[in-house]
Amino acid sequence: MIDEYIIEVKDLVKKFGDFTANDHLSFEVKKGEIFGFLGANGAGKTTAIKILCGLSSPTSGQIEVAGYDVYRETDRIKRNIGYMSQKFSLYEDLTVKENFQFYGGIYRLSNKQIKSRTDELLGRLDMLKVKDSVLSSLPLGWKQKLAFSVAVMHKPRIVFLDEPTGGVDPITRRQFWEMIYQTAESGITVFVTTHYMDEAEYCNRVSIMVEGKIEALDTPAALKKQFGVDSMNDVFLKLARTN
Amino acid sequence: MNTSVLAENISKSYNGLQALRNVSFGVKKGELFGLIGPDGAGKTSLFRILATLLFADRGKAMVESFDVVKDYKKIRNIVGYMPGRFSLYFDLSVEENLKFYARIFNTTIQENYHLVKDIYQQIEPFKKRLAGRLSGGMKQKLALSCALIHSPEVLFLDEPTTGVDAVSRKEFWDMLKNLQQEGITILVSTPYMDEAALCDRVALMQKGNILSIDRPEGIVNSYKPELASVQSSNMFDIIVDLQEFEDTASVFRFGDRVHYTSESGAIEKEKIESFLKSRDHDHIRIEKIKPSIEDCFMELMKEEKTEND
Repeated sequence: MIDEYIIEVKDLVKKFGDFTANDHLSFEVKKGEIFGFLGANGAGKTTAIKILCGLSSPTSGQIEVAGYDVYRETDRIKRNIGYMSQKFSLYEDLTVKENFQFYGGIYRLSNKQIKSRTDELLGRLDMLKVKDSVLSSLPLGWKQKLAFSVAVMHKPRIVFLDEPTGGVDPITRRQFWEMIYQTAESGITVFVTTHYMDEAEYCNRVSIMVEGKIEALDTPAALKKQFGVDSMNDVFLKLARTN
Repeated sequence: MNTSVLAENISKSYNGLQALRNVSFGVKKGELFGLIGPDGAGKTSLFRILATLLFADRGKAMVESFDVVKDYKKIRNIVGYMPGRFSLYFDLSVEENLKFYARIFNTTIQENYHLVKDIYQQIEPFKKRLAGRLSGGMKQKLALSCALIHSPEVLFLDEPTTGVDAVSRKEFWDMLKNLQQEGITILVSTPYMDEAALCDRVALMQKGNILSIDRPEGIVNSYKPELASVQSSNMFDIIVDLQEFEDTASVFRFGDRVHYTSESGAIEKEKIESFLKSRDHDHIRIEKIKPSIEDCFMELMKEEKTEND
């Protein structure tokens, strides 16, 4: 079987003045996989994610996301992706239902679609009872799960998760990863960053960025073998020796 | 007195939301003490009360034998506080930030340079750069230098490593160990369970409660059930399959394996293996293992939940 790529990046360069944040990145993400995008702080991950989401233009390189060009078709890209981060998620002063309505509207879903997707996703989380609760009244773990559901409510082809589990308790963190697995199984590609190295093991493939370059890219098992260590934490420590 | 920081029955609520419930603990002089727990555990409220920036609703707290309410001015002089959100002025340079904090405490960079030297030297090449333009790891080093420049007796570090990569986290903990050698008492919070092992003693916290206080080994030793690590050829379905196994009490993913406990508390390898085989798993590996702090935390969370139900 030939792998079908949902993200194709060739020689991505992004410069800010003299500083090269992304230095000739080349990689592909397969359709339906869970792709871990790791790297030290300041390695250039956020810069690359912004480009892949159509929020920033590369300096040079050929990049296609969901089959669309990042220079000319950013609107199409935005319609085909979902995004969630720990920092930017839902509106605290809106109810759960209103958050779904708001994001559904942005993604141009019909009222009928919004209603059915809201019920479906809340049902899956067993959270139908909090539909009319204001978001700020809910525990953090619930909010994170809701934010993830909102990010996939328009059935994007790729969902970008930027440190989705930061600060969450260990049980909720694991429940969150079961949601990620279910999402990937439904055919949505998951592109995820994390500082929890055990979570790197949950990805199908992992890339590790160091100072603007991708220094390693493979399955967690192959990376551990390549570096002769037992855990992704040790792989990371061996590679990412920046300041 | 051998105690540096003391909290007795501290409670705090915000508009009916209970942030801290009857929290008591003591930190010995020179100790590296960790508050370990996720967001919402109450760690920041506790720091703010101890740093004299917030009143508790109930309870009593002392820092170096000074009362946090009556003697707040004295405490502020001997405590270095690094809040979770950066305490730096982003429109000042690296050097200006450090100078500013030194001046507030009526001292100079030169006077206490020996304390911050190892840390500050790593960012000194960028001393003219605005703090707002530093990378996360460098901001963290500058913030620690600023919290140290008046030579405090006690350091309060509120989630200094959150959102920081694994390499910088390791370096940060090495720095803390060095500071401990200088005789500084350190109270540090973190949501990363693996960092608990680096503390002398820890309090595991969840939703305003302390679940357990002990040395890391003590916490691990008080974990009751037998624990097994289980691997198979199909790590994708293993959780769902094991959850349907009648003996299973808990099954959690841990990196490239799952951690498993049974209802009886004992691990019966053959039974687990034959169950997994019946679900088409092969290359099954079951090993009894020592729990990590994270295993203990999850077990304590479950107990807490049962007690509250």
